[in-house]
Amino acid sequence: MSLFSTFDISASAMQAQSMRLNAVASNLANAESTTSSNGQPYRAKQVVFQATPVGPEGGVGVKVSQVVEDQAPPKLVYDPRNPVADANGYVAMPNVDVVEEMTNMLSASRSYQTNADVMNTAKTLMQRTLQLGSS
Amino acid sequence: MMSALDNYFQTQQTAMRLRDYRQEVLSSNIANADTPQYKARDFDFTSAFNSALAAQQSGNSGALKTTDSRHLQPAGSSAADLLSPKLQYRSEVQPSIDGNTVDMTKEMRDFADNTLRYEAAITFMQNRMSTYRTALTSSSS
Repeated sequence: MSLFSTFDISASAMQAQSMRLNAVASNLANAESTTSSNGQPYRAKQVVFQATPVGPEGGVGVKVSQVVEDQAPPKLVYDPRNPVADANGYVAMPNVDVVEEMTNMLSASRSYQTNADVMNTAKTLMQRTLQLGSS
Repeated sequence: MMSALDNYFQTQQTAMRLRDYRQEVLSSNIANADTPQYKARDFDFTSAFNSALAAQQSGNSGALKTTDSRHLQPAGSSAADLLSPKLQYRSEVQPSIDGNTVDMTKEMRDFADNTLRYEAAITFMQNRMSTYRTALTSSSS
């Protein structure tokens, strides 16, 4: 029955969206991190979605194919009193665009919500189908 | 071989299976609303339903599933699975820069529509069952 695949499809989308939300949270949390474990300023991370076949009947779910680091140059801020400032007094700040991340967050949570609704609908339909024949 | 009982439930069964399948296709579209290069798909329910019914009534129960190109099909059957209609790509309403053609408004509309029609099919099926049950039990009450 295809309604079972609907569960898998919506679940894969919800998982992908929650990974996107995860990346957004990480980016926002580190928007001010001038040093990370490799000594460089933090770089924004973005997830890449890819359609992936689910089930035998041609359903298409979503998976995160890779997580890429934003290659935009770090934002330079003049702050000579900061201990990590370079010789000219500039501090390299992470290339996180807060407005972009907020937009991403809204989009991800909306999509998550929609897919949860789809799953709920599939559940209702399946329950109705199971009740078929009970007088 | 088609028994009278099979025949009696055939129409609603076909409708439910196709609605069920369409639900999967539409939920795939909704799930991939943010996937770059994804092309939204759908099929025409009316023509799929009509051709499935026509084929079933002419005694053609559809093609057998084959796992190898050398497997034989029974004579006179069409090669396509009657209950897996051919999926088509939606024509784009508003082009987007990432090549995704899912129009969320349209998908949600179709999804809600399909959900209601599936429920309608269930209700019709339920009514057919009660009718049949009445016919079987009327003398005992």
